[in-house]
Amino acid sequence: MRRIKVRNLTKIFGEYPDQGLKMLRKGLSGEEIHERTGMTVGLDDVSFDVDEGEILVIMGLSGSGKSTLIRCVNRLIESTAGIVEVDGEDILQFSAEKLFELRRRKFGMVFQNFALLPNRTILDNVGFGLEIRGVAEEVRVAEARKALELVGLKGWEEAYPRQLSGGMQQRVGLARALAVDPDILLMDEAFSALDPLIRRDMQDELLDLQSRMHKTILFVTHDLDEALKLGDRIVLMKSGAVVQIGTPEEILSHPASRYVQRFVEDVDKSQVLTAGSVMGKIRAVAFETDGPRTALHKMREESFYSVFVTSRDFRVKGVVWADDCDAAIKRGDKNLAYILDTDFHKVREDAPLAELIARLAGSRIPLAVVDEKEKLLGTVVKSNVLSALAETQQGDVLPEHPGHGGEESTDGAGAADGAEATDTGGKRQKG
Amino acid sequence: MSQEFPIIGKIPLAEWIDTGLDWLTDRFALVTRAISRFVGEGVDLAVGLLTYPPPWVVILALAALAWLLAGRRVAIGSAAGLALLWNLQLWGATMETLTLVLFATTVAVAIGLPIGILGGLSGRAHRVMTPMLDFMQTMPAFVYLIPAVPFFGLGPVSAMFATVIFSMPPAIRLTTLGIRQVPAELVEAADAFGATRSQKLFKVQLPLAVPTIMAGINQTIMLALSMVVIAAMIGAGGLGGEVWRAIQRLQSGNGFEAGIAIVILAMILDRITQKIGQRRQT
Repeated sequence: MRRIKVRNLTKIFGEYPDQGLKMLRKGLSGEEIHERTGMTVGLDDVSFDVDEGEILVIMGLSGSGKSTLIRCVNRLIESTAGIVEVDGEDILQFSAEKLFELRRRKFGMVFQNFALLPNRTILDNVGFGLEIRGVAEEVRVAEARKALELVGLKGWEEAYPRQLSGGMQQRVGLARALAVDPDILLMDEAFSALDPLIRRDMQDELLDLQSRMHKTILFVTHDLDEALKLGDRIVLMKSGAVVQIGTPEEILSHPASRYVQRFVEDVDKSQVLTAGSVMGKIRAVAFETDGPRTALHKMREESFYSVFVTSRDFRVKGVVWADDCDAAIKRGDKNLAYILDTDFHKVREDAPLAELIARLAGSRIPLAVVDEKEKLLGTVVKSNVLSALAETQQGDVLPEHPGHGGEESTDGAGAADGAEATDTGGKRQKG
Repeated sequence: MSQEFPIIGKIPLAEWIDTGLDWLTDRFALVTRAISRFVGEGVDLAVGLLTYPPPWVVILALAALAWLLAGRRVAIGSAAGLALLWNLQLWGATMETLTLVLFATTVAVAIGLPIGILGGLSGRAHRVMTPMLDFMQTMPAFVYLIPAVPFFGLGPVSAMFATVIFSMPPAIRLTTLGIRQVPAELVEAADAFGATRSQKLFKVQLPLAVPTIMAGINQTIMLALSMVVIAAMIGAGGLGGEVWRAIQRLQSGNGFEAGIAIVILAMILDRITQKIGQRRQT
């Protein structure tokens, strides 16, 4: 379900925004307009949707308009042209009263510099939104306590903001936003003021909270690593305009422009690429009802030394090896039950590369990439991982189809992977 | 000799002001005289209340108040200072001056606070007010005394009128400053949670401006106190009257006694209001 719809949103800062809008529509760039009139184009024809329960990250460098954009969504900044709908209602037409009500009921906002009231206790800060809403004091205190517990700050109710570290203060900021139980969380560079270790903790915590609460979250950041970690989808912005919208993987694998590409080159891919994006396609599987001869035949077709065994609906059961098949044929086995090797690792499609590397280390069997029903989707061997990493290191243009990454594996990757020549599954290079 | 300005001669500014003030006096003197009588009776009543009981009762009461507002040290200091004034036989004059200062400050703050809030919230109001405040503060305080007399007659109410005008600017300025100093991000946060203008003012802006506003009130009290001596020239009485009389008779000793009394009163009021401001800050 769509919670927020933004269409053709444009914001021009300056004295005569209408004039600027006309120039923009005639095709002048933001720079030209600024040179001629001194006005600044904050947002240039931005359109996107935010769906129920997703984390949409708006990402861009400073001056890219991301903070302006998030403020147009709850009208802290009035846009010059365009449409903003929240739950199907055109909020740009709202009266002041309706706008107050909208902000009180639907939105919770978290700010870069926490924006806590220094003269209030933590509890009173967290209860602020409820106080504005006119909630009775007992209810307010109870809700505020609950929200504080949620962010792990129980026991700090009577402290003042200056007594807390930055990370703790931002937990208070988060608790204040959660206390009003909003449908939509607006987070403006919420973790950017924190040092890296604490930032990572807060990101993990946000993901953890999100897995329980399923809010709709609009998250602004200038940090691509953060965007890739948190975002279900990412809106990449530059000079007030949207450059690309997509899932983290789409952005990484198919950067829409040099601008995106330059961002992407800095990312530590082992944190971001997933099993799904590096895995090799399945060329052959043996079914559990197959006999050893059939299995061996399938391996020879593809020059493999082993093959995954699945049920008829492709649920993975194990691996069989070529030499075991030979032995089974000599013994006269009718099926693969006796030679089925079940000592293999299964990973899900969204497992990060770092996890794959850990699993692959010291294992001679490829990883089976499976979906939630245990269906085999693909396989990962070391060369898949290495070639995916090599691509990022070289800053090459990324492969058209991430699933085939391994096929172009470089000599280096192949050599490092030499011991693996007996591998099953995916796309072993012939010979 | 006199350096006549060519062609148009001297602009009759003084005459214009006189005419304007005469016109105002004709229209409003009845009203202002009525106000004067009313306020004058209020001042008399307050002075009567403070001087009716034996001085030690009032000293204890004021010390207790100081303890409550500003702590033990200020309370002890206040009691000692007031006792000295009693001993110097300046008790009546001190109570008269205290009453005048508190009345004038109350009026100045009552008028200054809303104006200051307006200046803090509206940039245009701020731009209009700034030159007016500069005028009020730099105009020599004596000048206010002259028109005060036709409106309010000789006596403490005229003195209060001049004192209010002279001492109000810091209350306005620092209230404006206090509100403008509230970080924009805190105001934005209040907006984001759907606060109305008055919710923003009373839940965010004013509470955060309190320390600055208290500093302004402190300044207002100090200015009011400095004005009561000048106001003695139009019959305000009190400690200012004692100083004025000493000046006219060239009695240095008496002059210093009354002067020290004013200093003590100033210190007591200053410490108490400062402590209130600081306490709110924590």
